[in-house]
Amino acid sequence: MNPAFQAVLTIVIGVGGCIGYFYASNLFLDKVVFPARGPEAGRNITRANMVRPWLFLMPAIVALGLYLAYPVFASFWLSLNRDGTFVGLANYQQMMSEPKFWESMRNNLLWLVVVPAASTAFGLLAAQLTDRIWWGNLGKSLIFMPMAISFVGASVIWKLIYDTRPVEQSQIGILNAIWLRFEGGPFSILLLKVLPILFLAGFGLIVALVAWSFVRPLLARGQSAATIPLGLFVAAAALWLIWQCASGILGVLTTTLNYGQPQTWLTIPFYNNFFLMVVLVWIQAGFAMVILSAALRGIPSETIEAAVLDGANPFQIFFRIMVPQIMGTIVVVWTTITIVVLKVFDIVLAMTNGQWETQVLANFMYDKLFRAFDVGVGSAAAMVIMLLVTPILVWNVYNARKDMR
Amino acid sequence: MDDGVGGKPLLTWALHLSAAILVVLWVLPTFGLLVSSFRTGDQIATSGWWRSMTTQESQLPPIRIAGDEVARDGAFVIEGNLFANAATTVSAWGTSSREPQAFEPGAVADLGDGQTLTVDGDGDFVLSSPASFEGARLPRVFTTAATPPEFTVQNYGMVLFSPLAGQSIGQAFLNTLTVAIPATIIPILIAAFAAYALAWMDFPGRALLVAAVVGLLVVPLQLALIPLLQFHNSIGIGKSYLGIWLAHTGFGLPLAIYLLRNYMVGLPRDIIENARVDGATEFEIFVKIILPLSFPALASFAIFQFLWTWNDLLVALVFLGTSNEQQVLTANLVNLLGSRGGDWEILATAAFVSIAVPLLVFFAMQKYLVRGLLAGSVK
Repeated sequence: MNPAFQAVLTIVIGVGGCIGYFYASNLFLDKVVFPARGPEAGRNITRANMVRPWLFLMPAIVALGLYLAYPVFASFWLSLNRDGTFVGLANYQQMMSEPKFWESMRNNLLWLVVVPAASTAFGLLAAQLTDRIWWGNLGKSLIFMPMAISFVGASVIWKLIYDTRPVEQSQIGILNAIWLRFEGGPFSILLLKVLPILFLAGFGLIVALVAWSFVRPLLARGQSAATIPLGLFVAAAALWLIWQCASGILGVLTTTLNYGQPQTWLTIPFYNNFFLMVVLVWIQAGFAMVILSAALRGIPSETIEAAVLDGANPFQIFFRIMVPQIMGTIVVVWTTITIVVLKVFDIVLAMTNGQWETQVLANFMYDKLFRAFDVGVGSAAAMVIMLLVTPILVWNVYNARKDMR
Repeated sequence: MDDGVGGKPLLTWALHLSAAILVVLWVLPTFGLLVSSFRTGDQIATSGWWRSMTTQESQLPPIRIAGDEVARDGAFVIEGNLFANAATTVSAWGTSSREPQAFEPGAVADLGDGQTLTVDGDGDFVLSSPASFEGARLPRVFTTAATPPEFTVQNYGMVLFSPLAGQSIGQAFLNTLTVAIPATIIPILIAAFAAYALAWMDFPGRALLVAAVVGLLVVPLQLALIPLLQFHNSIGIGKSYLGIWLAHTGFGLPLAIYLLRNYMVGLPRDIIENARVDGATEFEIFVKIILPLSFPALASFAIFQFLWTWNDLLVALVFLGTSNEQQVLTANLVNLLGSRGGDWEILATAAFVSIAVPLLVFFAMQKYLVRGLLAGSVK
């Protein structure tokens, strides 16, 4: 059967079937099972109304249960089995013994820190800039546009930017064309040495401040059992990040840059991760901008006017008055992008396929499942992704329940 | 909103300038690929796309002389022009790759055996020899020339209709459409009924169900791949369109229910209560009142789901086969990246074919997309 014809048929059957099901089942309930007639009419109406929600919900519950809830448990079960026999945690052990897994974990952590932070920062900047100019809506549209582009399409777009030609040919990748403009003079040193060091140092400082402001109240309040692991976790993550910053600064100081040599950007270990992250930041910043822009507009103007009267400068107004008021929205944006990052797969597959130390968990899992056909270890990797998502899941459910009350 | 900087002209200018830089940075990558898709392979290989708007002085790939010989003054002569583009201007030329700039335009090169070659500034050449060229290999000419901007649409014709990596993009385009449209329409209906029940019907366990939907919003679909593929195989669907439609329906439902429920909760209570008092059944209320009123939310979700199913790679790789009749655009593009990684005219054009529809949908329906994002920014 021709797929296009099959598609039309599916739409007709799907839509007709849905409407038919809802209509017929409601009719059946009202006319046959609990008819609103005879001596028990009143009671029947009540009983019919108790059953009806479940008629409305049934298809959705079946689909959700089968396609999302059941696989969580099935995957967990698969991760404990190998070739049909129960092996306990052996798959997890094997996974942990693979260096590629730890490489994926390290890269995923880097992605988790950099992409949400950069996307939110750029989104905030874009929202702040475009909200104040007359052509802002056009600018918003254009920054938002990458959202519609597939990860694979975006990978092609950025591969052209990172393209490398031999030194005697003219470069067709814009990044190498710019790179070859640098020749090692004071301008190059300022831009490629001093600026990155300042940036890294600043980032490390911010991480330290945030971590300290988070840990200090925990220390002061006296430890309750739940907060100690959380504090330890935050402190460990912060220390790791600061360590990364410090070694990054050292790296910038000690490397001699190959001026005049075109670089194959995607094969430089460690730094190529950032070239891949740029793609996702480019896609997600528009999303962050749209949400944050709406939040910024929701800020009552009295607070800003009061700050202006008190003589605050634009930066103070932004960081001290506006950002605290939209903190809730920033958290939502941050967690949403975090989930996208945890699932990131297409970009890595299309650009490097995990070579040159760019592997991430989702692609590691795909490798195991569909190239090595190792269902056990693949499912174990999927469970690790699930585990990383779980805190956000709990947080979302908690907030949703709070909203419902 | 006022400009918020107290009308200082310098700050206003800085504002406009930084906004412009940001927008340009964000548009430039896509624009570069778009421009590249309208250039020939030779042009892409010899100069960056940002120089395609201006006349380019560059060394061109070698051109092998071709043409019919005529006998004139006791010698055999081939005359013609090297370039298809009449406005090309030669500044230097040569006959070997070691000395590609050996001769000025109009100079006469001695090729041995009495053969001579002249290339003029406008690309006209005269090749003459005492013996016939019959059966001989004609020389190659290396030129350094200024080429004015030139664009072509032939890449699109080639990519759409001729098979590359085993499949034409035109076919992949149809396959993607076949996946995306049913996978967009079917979850809407299922979700709409469920959302109505969760928003406007009272029954025990409602709060629990809403919480479950919110939780399922973030479940990574990576978990679902193997169990569901096994399930599809066991009920005989295997890797087929039916399988991917079902999978996309399942994966899209949490967001659909969440978005629609949030919207329906906000509908005015009076309308629904009045209809109930007037004796309308729940089914009638839903079809005649709720559905029409919820159109904005339905449109938002439809756009999300369409973009998501169109752009998806993972689900297509797992639940669809790799045959010509099943491979979708994104999967085809990944294959091209592997097999034709250096042929930028093909890659750029194929990528643009695959992102054209989402971009169209995006710009046409942006209003609903933004509204949907603001209502359901959890996924």
